[in-house]
Amino acid sequence: MSPSRAPKVTVSMEVPLGVTQALDVPVGTLQLRTYWQTVWQRVLRDPVTLACGGVLLVLIAAAIFAPWLGLSDPFASDSAKRLLPVGSPDHLLGTDELGRDMLSRLVYGSRLSLTMGVVPVIAALAIGGVLGLVAGFVGGRVNMLIMRVTDVFYAFPSILLAVAIAGSLGAGVANTLIAITIVFIPPITRVTESVTTQLRAMDFVEAARASGASTYAIIRTHILGNVLGPVFVYATVLVSVSIVIAAGLSFIGLGASPPDAEWGLMLNTLRTSIFLAPLISILPGFMIFIASMCFNLISDGLRSAMDVRF
Amino acid sequence: MLYYIVRRTAYAMPIAFGVSLVVFSLVHLAPGDPLSAVMGEIDARLLAEMRAHFGYDKPLYLQYFIWLGNVIVGDFGVSLRTGMPVIGILLPAAANTMVLGVLASALGFTLGTVAGMVSGYNHGTWVDKLVSSAAISGVSMPHYWLAIILVIVFSVELGWLPAMGIGNVPTLFSWAALKHMILPTIALAAIPGAIVARTTRACVMEILNMEFVEALRARGLTERRILLHVTRNALPTVLAVMGLQFANLLGGSILVETVFSWPGTGYLLNLAIFDRDMPVLQGTILLLAMFFVLTNLVVDILQTVTDPRMSRA
Repeated sequence: MSPSRAPKVTVSMEVPLGVTQALDVPVGTLQLRTYWQTVWQRVLRDPVTLACGGVLLVLIAAAIFAPWLGLSDPFASDSAKRLLPVGSPDHLLGTDELGRDMLSRLVYGSRLSLTMGVVPVIAALAIGGVLGLVAGFVGGRVNMLIMRVTDVFYAFPSILLAVAIAGSLGAGVANTLIAITIVFIPPITRVTESVTTQLRAMDFVEAARASGASTYAIIRTHILGNVLGPVFVYATVLVSVSIVIAAGLSFIGLGASPPDAEWGLMLNTLRTSIFLAPLISILPGFMIFIASMCFNLISDGLRSAMDVRF
Repeated sequence: MLYYIVRRTAYAMPIAFGVSLVVFSLVHLAPGDPLSAVMGEIDARLLAEMRAHFGYDKPLYLQYFIWLGNVIVGDFGVSLRTGMPVIGILLPAAANTMVLGVLASALGFTLGTVAGMVSGYNHGTWVDKLVSSAAISGVSMPHYWLAIILVIVFSVELGWLPAMGIGNVPTLFSWAALKHMILPTIALAAIPGAIVARTTRACVMEILNMEFVEALRARGLTERRILLHVTRNALPTVLAVMGLQFANLLGGSILVETVFSWPGTGYLLNLAIFDRDMPVLQGTILLLAMFFVLTNLVVDILQTVTDPRMSRA
């Protein structure tokens, strides 16, 4: 335990779920660590999670600031410069089958690939989160209705459902986003529902109700604060799955379409070049792998830091 | 016990019904009806006649019940592209997918449980760290990318194994046929293997911390006998994960099958999507989803058999 530099005595204390509200005040000279401070302290002591967070920040920053990085045009093809090897002058990561700069395409590709990984999870979080909260908090028939419909969608393997929806809607980025969102609503609903149901039965919720708190106040202060943690951890796992599935849909021709720069699509079009330039043809897949793994490891780190189980 | 099995089976019925409804509705997400997408610009009168022939002129709910009735007796309609009965295309494809699924499960589950056991027992050692990093890589692995890497290494560079297809072989049980299966099997086994390894590891670690293990040690049991108890206690959870992964494998094989041009359900799905051949699409998705429902049912029942505490819940 690192010595506290502050003159106050800091008592490091594990604050169990649900007690945050009651203990959030400094008692005399004693300052209690809140739950989130404890979590943050633990994350800071976890090099793997920090490293993954760093890699992801770099990836996201590169995606946002791509036009200002001085990269060559990701769409400019040059038939004289096809499949230049990695390490060529002017083309650090070589060129693709149409002579387009790989580095630039990978960086620009992260825009579409990361968006297709993150947006469906956020959308599913909003929809599934509300459904799960309602099902868990209201219970009874409403719970039955929501959870049985969820069960039906749960009865599809996730890739199959994504392919089926995207395939029926037709190719395109928007349709892929819709398809993956639908795939992720049921799992998020389930996790939210199960956490909410557990919380609803807890004494502090009972106490809040007995002291006359409104339903809205109970949900806002007692339920939401405690549901958010586990659901957020779960959502980070889903992002890693989402990145792989979204790129996979583009890979089989359902998501992005040429000449878009998107990792899955690039991996597909470069399949014709595996004989001539094997290293270049696997680069887009490497990016998918790294992005997906970072989200997975961060989720693992957060899970142990937040002491979440589901 | 029997009561639980009956109740659980009865519960699977509405799910199966819901699944069929979803599969049927999927097709109608697409703009226009299935025929106009396939036929393109043709004579309006001809189109109307064909619509009547395929029953697409009836109201939707009626179409659904006609379709459902036919499906139950094994009639999945005819392919709009080839005019062949869907069931005739679907069954051989399903058999091919099943072959890969069984092989990949056998490989992934064996490696996964052994690795998970070893790392759970040696928590914190370098073996554990190695297994854990391999497992997290496997979970995050885009398996279609792994498939491409395998093709590059073993087909393009080394020339040991064929890169695609099922080969022109009379029987699946020959070295020539097996050679075509090795790479797709490895590619498909990565994710389920990693997931089983992670589950087994977590399970074993949790059980080793339980008091009954301490009690067994105190009674002087050999480590080998204790291992038996640990295995017995980890079984229900690991079994459940395996069942889910097996069904997921069959449903999610489309990406790997595409890389290897393996003539299974995934490949069929791919063709059907781009041909907009709706009866084939519906049939394939329905079959895979129903298999998923069935596997879930079997897993739940098996879980109760291996862990009697469950049926009392």
